[in-house]
Amino acid sequence: MKFTLSWLKDHLDTTASLDEITEALTDLGLEVEEVVNPAAKLASFTLAKVLHAEQHPDADKLRVCRVMTDEGEKQIVCGAPNARAGITVVLCKPGDYVPGIDVTLGVGKIRGVESHGMMASERELELSDEHNGIIELPSGQVGQKFVDWLAEHRPAAVDPMVHIKITPNRPDALGVRGIARDLAARGLGELKPLRIPAITGGFPSPIRVEIDPVLKARGCPHFAGRTIRGVKNGPSPDWLQQRLTAIGLRPISALVDITNYFTFGLNRPLHVFDVAKVQGGVLRIHPAKGGEEFLALDGKTYALRDGMMAISDEAGVESLAGIMGGEHSGCTDDTTEVFLESAWWDPITIAATGRALKINSDARYRFERGVDPAFTLPGLDLATQMILDLCGGEASDLAQDGAPIDTARAYRLDPARVVSLVGMEISEATQRRTLEALGFVLDGDMATPPSWRPDVQGEADLVEEVARIASLTRLVGKPLPRAHAGIPASVLTPLQSREKAARRTLAALGYNECVTYSFIDQASATLFGGGADATRLENPISSEMTHLRPDLLPGLLQAAARNQARGFADLALFEVGPAFAGGEPGEQALVATGLLVGATAPRDPFGSRRAVDVFDAKADVEAVLAAAGAPQRVQVGRKVPGWWHPGRSGAIALGPNVLATFGEVHPRVLREMGVKGPAVAFTVQLENLPFPKAKSPTRPALAISDLQAVERDFAFVVDTGTEALTVVNAAQGADKALIERVSVFDQFTGDKAEAQMGAGKKSLAITVRLQPQNKTLTEDEIEAVSRKIIEKVTKATGGTLRA
Amino acid sequence: MELDALRNRYLAAVLAAGDEAALEEVRLAALGKKGEISAMMATLGKMEPEARKAAGAALNVLKDEIDAALRAKKSALADAALDARLATEWLDVTLPGRPRPRGTIHPVSQVTEEVIAIFADMGFAVAEGPQVESDWHNFDALNIPPEHPARQEHDTFFMARAEGDTRPPHVLRTHTSPVQIRAMEARGAPVRIICPGRVYRMDMDHTHTPMFHQVEGLALGRDISMAHLKWTLEEFCRAFFEVPSVELRFRASHFPFTEPSAEVDIRCSWAGGQLKIGEGDSWLEILGSGMVHPKVLAAGGIDPTQWQGFAFGMGIDRIAMLKYGIPDLRAFFESDLRWLRHYGFSALDMPTVSGGLSR
Repeated sequence: MKFTLSWLKDHLDTTASLDEITEALTDLGLEVEEVVNPAAKLASFTLAKVLHAEQHPDADKLRVCRVMTDEGEKQIVCGAPNARAGITVVLCKPGDYVPGIDVTLGVGKIRGVESHGMMASERELELSDEHNGIIELPSGQVGQKFVDWLAEHRPAAVDPMVHIKITPNRPDALGVRGIARDLAARGLGELKPLRIPAITGGFPSPIRVEIDPVLKARGCPHFAGRTIRGVKNGPSPDWLQQRLTAIGLRPISALVDITNYFTFGLNRPLHVFDVAKVQGGVLRIHPAKGGEEFLALDGKTYALRDGMMAISDEAGVESLAGIMGGEHSGCTDDTTEVFLESAWWDPITIAATGRALKINSDARYRFERGVDPAFTLPGLDLATQMILDLCGGEASDLAQDGAPIDTARAYRLDPARVVSLVGMEISEATQRRTLEALGFVLDGDMATPPSWRPDVQGEADLVEEVARIASLTRLVGKPLPRAHAGIPASVLTPLQSREKAARRTLAALGYNECVTYSFIDQASATLFGGGADATRLENPISSEMTHLRPDLLPGLLQAAARNQARGFADLALFEVGPAFAGGEPGEQALVATGLLVGATAPRDPFGSRRAVDVFDAKADVEAVLAAAGAPQRVQVGRKVPGWWHPGRSGAIALGPNVLATFGEVHPRVLREMGVKGPAVAFTVQLENLPFPKAKSPTRPALAISDLQAVERDFAFVVDTGTEALTVVNAAQGADKALIERVSVFDQFTGDKAEAQMGAGKKSLAITVRLQPQNKTLTEDEIEAVSRKIIEKVTKATGGTLRA
Repeated sequence: MELDALRNRYLAAVLAAGDEAALEEVRLAALGKKGEISAMMATLGKMEPEARKAAGAALNVLKDEIDAALRAKKSALADAALDARLATEWLDVTLPGRPRPRGTIHPVSQVTEEVIAIFADMGFAVAEGPQVESDWHNFDALNIPPEHPARQEHDTFFMARAEGDTRPPHVLRTHTSPVQIRAMEARGAPVRIICPGRVYRMDMDHTHTPMFHQVEGLALGRDISMAHLKWTLEEFCRAFFEVPSVELRFRASHFPFTEPSAEVDIRCSWAGGQLKIGEGDSWLEILGSGMVHPKVLAAGGIDPTQWQGFAFGMGIDRIAMLKYGIPDLRAFFESDLRWLRHYGFSALDMPTVSGGLSR
């Protein structure tokens, strides 16, 4: 919403400065976005008088002038043909910035003659395009500020324009008068009375209006108008053109400009029909049947849909009600007889139509937020008078159908509650005065909102009005007491703590955390088991963001591909965030995913660099699981989704509950996603890890034995398909009390191994640590356990002890 | 006399020994079982007690003296040998150390933890909610009925509806405010929570991304006022921006879910192109807030005649950009390794109220 200061002062009698007004507006909730003050750039210029002008000794087209200024007589060299003795000019002194030529003046020497400033043309001061000569003022005193002279003689040239942002609850502030009312309530002046002229019709209107009963019930309860005949259309007066221009509107003709003036001045959109083009003498306000074509004033043709509100004559649709008039019955310079429409349209219906047809207009913007229903007739009369004043002619009797809607309602003002909610002492008298200044009518403790405030719908709105006018800037903070005295308890839930632990662990392991979009393209989603319609966005912003991600891996792989394209081949990326199984609220799960691509390290003199492999991923996933509180005993299975390498991946689970998957990313997936391998990854389902039943910081007692532990190594020849865990578990089972730990320390596979041990065989070597509890082990006892270990392992694997 | 000569001879021999083997020979010759001094010791038994005492003492002194000399020489030889070996053991220590990867925490995570640390100290728990939301939770419950203009201004992403499913489409939550409703439903009043998380709007240009992060705050009690809100936010901003004092300006505004509503500006300076919070003559809008609308309380199952309180919401990415001088929002979600390394945080930079939020 834009307006000028002089326009505001038509409604507000105030001595407040522009700064005071703009500060108050922002504080009132009418946030100032921009102030264009033409006076600011002209502030330093003063009036001066040319005393004497003579030919420059060295230049034909230059004159050397002696100029009387507020600082005495100065010499100025000037090239303007009209520079001559006796004229009053606008002086720009050395040090002044001249906006039209973008120069800060200095004392110059022009062809050997010193010049102390310049005398400006209109174009040099950005007042107009005039540049045939310097400004000659018909009046004014030497030393007078040019802006003061302009304010007196050409006020429009220095009329500041203010642009404010209007929140959706304030349709009343979409007219200058509503803004003035807020300022008056704040105490920045008096709201001037708005005098409604009494229009007496001289003849019956040749145009009648009829509202379809359906719309009268909902859509258009009230439609009024007058015919004005004998008008002379043409350019509107300068003052009106300047106001419209200042707020960014193009003046068109007096009749159209008047309707715009009411739209912005009083939030009263109007429309004028050219009576000569209306056929049949009746304007019908009716729901469209659907399919009607309509050429609007914006030059576009719209196809109306069933139920949209239209204004039609015998020939067809002449106006899209409350949104835009039609080209056919619009006014031109030749128009001599007009029908002026003032109506009230239902905001919801207007909004729906505007959205459906994608028409943005000043009328739609206002009607869908709410126009004062009680101002339909006064607005019509005011506008009629203005047309009569500017275009002449004679007004008809009123033509109308329906009546203004009843907005009467009242809410209780509870002054104590206002104070309690806002936390600011505002006296009851001030509260009542504030509401009255805004147009509320108070009866006892009941407040009736004015007809122009559809947003006021309850007691809370009264509180807001009082607080807003009192100024929230004055609010002083008050300590919020702790809910419980003393040290606050920890607030994170176990899952939130777990998320944090997983994240910090991954960063500590050397991974860089990414935050990637929750939506990805369908092809990528499909690769990871998603891409179904349930996770499809109805209105995606791009084809890369059409589906909710089923997994975090595609986003990380895309990130890896982008980084590879920038020359970063080795990557360790992770993300902790939601993955979506479906499109219903709650069908999301918190997961942590890590991705390793390329090599483990940069090339270095020690040969640290090697390609990442499954066991890097496994080590890291185990670290995350440990940090996230997973139990130590888990199963490692091979049942994994299809985006993993079928032979080089695993699932870590507790029975059917999968905690994590890890492995090489399937080469086909890498190819589809444009990532150069090797790439290994893991995903931890953070919500699947069991939570401890009772949280206690107490640790179990530490049991350590003073007796010497004994380690024994065993190597077994087994089938190449035998899993190490089978060997370890079998050995562990040989004596659960005595065997503290079993670990694999060597694996011998491949051609050489098979040459030694036979086709399809490999060797696995384990070390077993025996920890006696009561007495030192004898050789015989150690021998007995060893035999049992061998027996268990050979039985479990079908292998043999390696000779 | 005889002993003096003996001493001089052996001490000279010790000095002259060039390596450990030569030294051992000297030791054996003097103190070995068959050594000269051992032999003299053996003769003591044949002496008269008086003479034996004197001779024995003198021999022991001599033995200790030679022994000490032997030890000293042995240690000196060992040192010399070590020095000689070390002189050959030279490595180029300007070579790099073995590579160790350095991971980073994303600024969004870091700042979220900072916000949580501050509000946890004020007794606010952390609540979460689904990112695919029902339109009721995202809009209606927050006093944004279907025809409300604010609903159009939210640039909402809608989920597709299967044919025949006549429910209104779910939305990707456009703000974290629906978590307020869920928290009220689940916890009742009094309550103090913050709700950080991802939110979505259909907007993409140089200052907008279709996904970003917000944190919502909600405090309900019997007499919580807007003055409490202002203090809470002042304390938050002072702690978050790690400055001695801040000045906030409340400006009346409008949000459907609060009444009265205020936009909050913070005093700042942009001198030299660098943002400084807490000084200067500029104001920077940082968040929206207000007193929870009675209809919103009722939608959350809380009696608005008994309970009142405040709510606020701010952009996590935005305050991260302000605090850490990160220029471009879009880069947050591009995962450019150079950006992640430059703006990321160390795993051990854990924000706490006691230890400070940032290093």
